[in-house]
Amino acid sequence: MEYNIYKCHICYQQEIAPDIVACQVRNLELAKKAKAGQFLHVQCGDVTSMPLRRPISICDVNEDCITFIYEIKGRGTKALQEQAGELDILGPLGNGFAVEKTLYHHPAVIGGGIGVYPMLFLTKQLQNATVYLGFRTKNLVTLETEFRQNAPYVTVMTDDGSYGRHGYALSALEEDYLQQKFDIIYACGPKPMLKAVKIFAEGHNIPCQLSLEERMGCGIGACLTCSCETHGEGSEKYKCVCKQGPVFWSKEVIL
Amino acid sequence: MTDMKVHIAGVELQNPVIAASGTFGFGREYGQLYDLSEIGAISVKGLTKAPRAGNPPPRITETPGGILNSVGLQNPGVDAFIRDEIPYLRQYRCKIIANMAGNTFEDYCEMAEKLSAADVDFLEMNISCPNVKAGGAAFGTHPDTVFAITDAVRKYAKKPLIVKLSPNVADITETAKAAEAAGADALSLINTLTGMAIDIRTRRPILANVIGGMSGPCVKPVALRMVYQVYRAVQVPIIGMGGITSGEDAVEFLLAGSTAISVGTANFTDPYACIKIRDGIRQYMQDQTITKIGDLTGGLLLE
Repeated sequence: MEYNIYKCHICYQQEIAPDIVACQVRNLELAKKAKAGQFLHVQCGDVTSMPLRRPISICDVNEDCITFIYEIKGRGTKALQEQAGELDILGPLGNGFAVEKTLYHHPAVIGGGIGVYPMLFLTKQLQNATVYLGFRTKNLVTLETEFRQNAPYVTVMTDDGSYGRHGYALSALEEDYLQQKFDIIYACGPKPMLKAVKIFAEGHNIPCQLSLEERMGCGIGACLTCSCETHGEGSEKYKCVCKQGPVFWSKEVIL
Repeated sequence: MTDMKVHIAGVELQNPVIAASGTFGFGREYGQLYDLSEIGAISVKGLTKAPRAGNPPPRITETPGGILNSVGLQNPGVDAFIRDEIPYLRQYRCKIIANMAGNTFEDYCEMAEKLSAADVDFLEMNISCPNVKAGGAAFGTHPDTVFAITDAVRKYAKKPLIVKLSPNVADITETAKAAEAAGADALSLINTLTGMAIDIRTRRPILANVIGGMSGPCVKPVALRMVYQVYRAVQVPIIGMGGITSGEDAVEFLLAGSTAISVGTANFTDPYACIKIRDGIRQYMQDQTITKIGDLTGGLLLE
């Protein structure tokens, strides 16, 4: 069985930046199965008033502990922040990133906003990635140390120039590409960023994996609500972000 | 001994719990979690004559106590269902309900003919889908059209025929009676109530389709009331659904007049919902020393 329901002990919940909460839970079986790029479907509170789980990407795994980081956006994530004790988690779900070190020797990892967090687990596995992290502003810059410990080159960008370099993460990647030819790009972030990454990667014939987000129901591919448009036809036009993603090859999808 | 078997149009379900159409795919994803033989039946994802892409995303959002969806009948088509999915489902003891959705009378008739020749246990006419432009709910809202389309499909349906009713009507007993008069073997109710939600920051509707179908705990009182009314208006068995999340909820629907019940949105909250609801019904029966589940159907006391 690939996925299941796990009752997970909450080790801690901590606000690491304004409205950004890191949550670590403990469950050995879940931790053993989890792959970089997969996500957890988390029950946030009273299920009668909030019937839907919230999909949150895995940020890191250490032995029997799993960390995920979420932004407080609405009722669900507000309620989640108040949880202590145990969480009811369905997971691990979806397809992770293709980590193939023999195939790709010069990986670039790019994350924007909360899309930074799923990239840590990946970066740890790669160890040789060139990493670009984009944040809106200085007080949202998080996990920089953790990335630097696991990658030889890390560039931090802020939209307003209040920390690191001024501009978008992709601009730095594009600049470096003149000197260093990446042979794969892994990306997660807001849709406009992913669109731009897709255009750049495909323009330079670089294989590119995008981790997508969509409003989600069951999380396992039964309800067909978290769809992403693809080049497929008929019932294959929209693929499930939960089951066929959340990581897609850029050429599969239409953003 | 607790007997949970129920009979609908001569077909025996080993228990009254049915996975509701559109929430359970063709069973495969939940089959990873538990033995599908444990539930009474599966009503499969709504089938159309040809493969269908569905609506653009977003297709779902949560609302207080419920959800809105506008999937728009994404499915591989009736032929692919017969070829690829029936053999999978037949490994299990649960009965197969083939849910059909069409744009025209002819679509329904053609599908009914094909599915009657296939290895399914029931045909279910979805004439109440709120998320498609042509057909769907348009057939389900007027008693005259409900009669006409049920009558037309009846001629092609060689399997027990269930008509799934829309709650978006003035008087659901009228559409229920029309379906029964035209030869429906059973009725399932309710489909989703139409609703919408707006993102006030962007001033845009949250669903790409603007309007969607509401389900979940918030619709339960409406659904229960409709089952109660329909039970008093028709003779055919009723499959009750709408916001059932526990054994207690299910028992309410049985008492209001349901022979069987369907579980939809609750599968998203807890993928084991169908199993837990079955166990909850059994527990209630044992606590109340009820040996036959049929004794609960319509058991509501009104002085």
